[in-house]
This record gives sequence, structure tokens and C-alpha cells, in this order.
Amino acid sequence: MSQLPTNINTIQAVNLALDDAMAADANVIVLGEDVADGQEGGIVGVTKGLSSKYGTSRVRSTPISEQAIIGASIGASMVGMRPVAEIMLMNFTTVAMDMIVNHAAKLRFMSGGQTNVPIVIRTMTGAGFGTGGQHADYLEAWFAHVAGIKVVAPSNPADAYGLMLSCIRDDDPCLFIENMPSYWNPGTPPERGVAIPLGKANVVRTGTDVTLISYSRRVQEVMATAEALAKDGISCEVIDLRTVSPLDTETILTSVAKTGRAVVVHEAVKPFGVGAEIASRIYEALFRQLKAPVARVGAQFCPVPFSRPLEDAFVPGVVEIEAAIRATLK
Amino acid sequence: MNAYQPPSSEVLVDIYRRMTLIKQNDERFRAVIKAGKLVMPYYSPRGQEVIPSAMSVCLTDDDYICTIYRGVHDMIAKGVPLKELWAELGGRVTGTCKGKGGPMHVTHPASGVMVTTGIVGSSMPIANGLALATQIRGEKRVAVAYFGDGASNIGAFHESLNMASVWKLPVIFVCQNNGYAEHTKYGYGTSVANIAQRAVAYQMPGVTVNGNDPIAMHKAAREAVERARDGDGPTLIEANTFRFQGHVFGDPDAYMDKHEKAAWVARDPVPLFRQWLIDSKHATEEQLAAMEADHEAQIDAAVEFTLSSEYPDVAELRRDIFKDEVIA
Repeated sequence: MSQLPTNINTIQAVNLALDDAMAADANVIVLGEDVADGQEGGIVGVTKGLSSKYGTSRVRSTPISEQAIIGASIGASMVGMRPVAEIMLMNFTTVAMDMIVNHAAKLRFMSGGQTNVPIVIRTMTGAGFGTGGQHADYLEAWFAHVAGIKVVAPSNPADAYGLMLSCIRDDDPCLFIENMPSYWNPGTPPERGVAIPLGKANVVRTGTDVTLISYSRRVQEVMATAEALAKDGISCEVIDLRTVSPLDTETILTSVAKTGRAVVVHEAVKPFGVGAEIASRIYEALFRQLKAPVARVGAQFCPVPFSRPLEDAFVPGVVEIEAAIRATLK
Repeated sequence: MNAYQPPSSEVLVDIYRRMTLIKQNDERFRAVIKAGKLVMPYYSPRGQEVIPSAMSVCLTDDDYICTIYRGVHDMIAKGVPLKELWAELGGRVTGTCKGKGGPMHVTHPASGVMVTTGIVGSSMPIANGLALATQIRGEKRVAVAYFGDGASNIGAFHESLNMASVWKLPVIFVCQNNGYAEHTKYGYGTSVANIAQRAVAYQMPGVTVNGNDPIAMHKAAREAVERARDGDGPTLIEANTFRFQGHVFGDPDAYMDKHEKAAWVARDPVPLFRQWLIDSKHATEEQLAAMEADHEAQIDAAVEFTLSSEYPDVAELRRDIFKDEVIA
């Protein structure tokens, strides 16, 4: 295998994972709008080079037909293929919700285990690009609320690589959320061929005063906040969930049992979100040990706005995260 | 493509065998539900027996079907074993899906029944995927998507036909046009005189056929199956038929035209075909009577098997969510 560069971004990391998976297993196929090289290998080039290497039978640009894309992936997966379907933007999953929720997530159960749906649905999202109300939502809570589908949200290139390998190898459907505005951020390269297990969170910083729990792009802001607060003598432990569902409750509870405080941070809107689920699990297990209420930091409860000052205010950043941490320490 | 040869006596009798097996099972399902022995939402296929019977004699166990909530005829025609089918409809652990799917989600890969969906139109996108796997692997299997006339108005139909045509997938879209989308008569909700006309928009053959005529249906089925197997792409078959019962068991069907219904019931395809087989010397009365009696015995055994089977353990709530059991 070729030598990896010192730095790698998430586009390259996901591309490399797909490449390695396709090289290892002829059943891995890629479907989605514009994914083949004749269409420039994806809107931001995540799948660039794959169709030239593996052919347009295995790497197929599709019509703009989200139901048909997911349906074709489901059917092919039931008879042994390993489709990686790209739904270009997370908001476009709404067009395919019947296929994802009623079929991909449920066919194993409804068939009594006779069939299974080992598909990966890659999708990108995230505010910061001025794409407005229908191109940047974080909708992971909807999917996490459905039994039978895993929800994966890496925060950095190396995790994106290792988690993608796991998703492709997994025997059940996985929704793989990529953050668009941070696609080009460089990170350390992954260990080639090594999968990162699903359902296991990563403690990316150890600390003693408060546990910060996040996933996807917001981990970067959470880490920056933790580093800034360290200068004030506040010791933050940071958990990068990696997988939203199944949630690694054990890692969360172990940490919060130690710190007595927790702040959950996500880019999705705050009401009825993943933060509420995590807060509840903490309360159910650790209510009497908590030193402060669990804090939730999420986006304003409004559609993603276009105008730059509004978009900046919509997304929770270092200021909001720091305020929430300091409130738990009062 | 080979010129169409009318089926042999053996094939004709095989079509009838499947038709009467469907009819006999359907009659027993309704009787057993009415007697209160089984409780389920039941969507009778009575009147639509010809379509999957004529399709299925052109298919093998290796070919796939995806069907819908009104699909018990498609399942029986494709060969789902009766005991497991009945037990599934009874919610028993001995059912095809351990009782976890029920009448709207019967699955039996061994006979090629890959998906039964309760969502109108959703058989089609998944059938495309089964056909796609076949195409990529260079196999000779075909996939059949069954659906109703109402489903031709949902987006999944249009997305699926377009994709299948662009990729020349080995798939056959079989619309069982029974004249009613749930309670709504065809003309109230569908823009075209014939659903097969919609095939034109997707550059695939569209065939309207009398879905209650076994030979006409067999011809349409065989041509579409051969076309798919030969790599020439998908076909839309609109098989015209009629639903003898309401949308769901217990539905008083007040919205159905009584005269129209009476006229269709008077031309019930099952006894008509039976008589034709005898009159045309393809079978004897004694042969068919023996077949029907054997079916009754099989159904008796399936009912007995179901009623004496256990319900699934509540631990099943944690199983088959994912590959590994979910921890309580």
C-alpha cells in the first residue's frame, strides 16, 4: 500500500476507506448522484477515482432519485452486496425516509432475521456555508429514534476512515454523517486497514471537573473550549461519541461518575435532541452523584438561516460551550 | 425472442393448481378470522389469483419477488410453504418470520419472497436492487415487483421505472390493476386510461393484459421474464383484474359499484379456468377434484399447525434489531 501523507483531510480519508473496502471485497459498490468520475467523483470529490479504478458497474452515478437509490441499495444488500449509497445532503434523506426507516431499519426484524440490510448511507451536512434552510440540518436524532439503524458521526479524518471501514463491514444499516464545512480540515492519517469499532466512544481528553460529550464537527469547538479553560484551571474530560446510536452509555456514565458534571454539545437544534437522551441516561443512573444539572448546548430552534450573522449565531460555538461549562461549575 | 407457444397441459394445470391453492387458502383465512380463531389485518386477494400464478410458472426459486400487503396470493403462487405462511399470519414463532412480520411482512427467501411491504409503492425500489445485484454479478435471475394501481401514483413508481430503464435492470413491474386504490375507484385518482401507458415515459415496453385470462397473462409474463433474463431490461405489465372483497377484511365495500362487482364475480377466473381445462381436455374433473382435496388437507394441517404453535418469546423484542441481540 502506498505511503500516506502526513496530513489527510476527511474527503481523502473517506475516499481511502472506500478504496480499501472496494479492493478487499468485490461486493462493495457505490451508488449516488454524481459519484462516478464522469460526473467528477461527487459534488466535493469524495468518490473521485473510484469508478476509474473499479468500473462504472460498481461505482454508479444515479438519477436524482433518493428513494430509488436507497431502495436499490437495500435490495442489493439483501443478497450479499455491500452498497455504500451517497445521499448528497442530509436534508435529502427526507425524500428517502420510507426506504430508510420503514425498510432498511426494519427488514431484519420483520423477517425474523432471515434477511438483513448491510448498507451504508453516506451523507453530508453542517452550517457554515451559507446554504440556508434545506442543505445544512443535523437530523441524526430522527434516525437515532428508529430501532435497527446505526448512526455514525466522525469528528476527524482518521476516525472517518476507521468508522467507514466498520460501517461497510457491519451487517446492518449505518447512516454515516460527514460534516461539510470541515471536509478540508487536515488531520493525522489513519492506520491503514484498521477499523474503529461502532458503538464505542472515544475519550479524547481526560479531566476531572466536567465531562463534555459531543460528536461530529462540534468536537473541534469542544476541544478548543476545553483547552482554553485549562488555562483557568478548569479540567475538562471530552468524549467524542463517534457513534450516536447505539450510544456508548458506559463510557459516558464512567466519566460523569468521576466528574459529577456533564455538558452535551451538538450542532443539531436543542429541543428533542440527542442531548436530551444523553442527559436522561445520566440522570437515570447518576442523579444523586451529580454536582450540577446536565447542560445541553445545541442550535437555536429555527431553520438554518442564510445571512452570515444569523448563521454564526445559530450554530453553537466556543462562547456558548464555555458559558454552559461555567454554569455547571457555579 | 422465441415466438410465443401456448403452454403445455402440464403448465396450464400448474397455473390452475396455484390459482385454486390461493382461492382455497383465502376462503379459509376469511373463515378462520370470522370464527375468531386468528386476529389479523387481512387483505383478501380473491379475484386476482391468475396474475401471480401465471407469473410464477415462468419463475424459479432463484428468482426474486417483492410484494405488498395484499400479497398472500403472490406468496402462495411463488411457493411459500403453507404451514409457515399460516403460522406467520397467526403470529406464531413457527411462522416464516417467527411471527415478527405478520401478514404485511411475510418473507421467505428460500422461495424467493424477499420483501413484503405495507407501504404502497415500496416493492419497486427494492426489486430494482435485487435486479442490480444480479446484473453486477452476471447472474440470470430476475426480480418481480408486484403492486397495485394506486401505487402507480406514488413517487417510488416513477423513480424506480426510470432507474430500471436507465440501467436496463432485469426487473418486471407487475401492476395488479384491481380498479380500486383502497376505497377510491381508478378514474378518480389516475391520469391515464391504462397504467401501461406510463411505460412510454420510461422507454420500456408497457403491456396491458387481461389479468384474469391465464393464457394472456402467461404470454405477457413469459415475454417479460425472457426479456429480463436476456439482459434486455425491464417491462411494465398492467394486469387488469378485480378485487372481490373490500380493501381489508371487514370492510363493507359500500364504495364499490355493486353491478360492476357482480359482473366480475360472475366471471370468477378460478371456476372458469377449471371448466376450460376440463372442456379442453387438459385435465379431468377427477384430477382437479383430487388436487383440490389435497389442498384442503394441506390447509387443514396448516391451520392445525398454527393453532397448536407457540407465540414467540418476549425476548424476541431484543433479537433481529441488529445482528447481535440488543442488551436488555
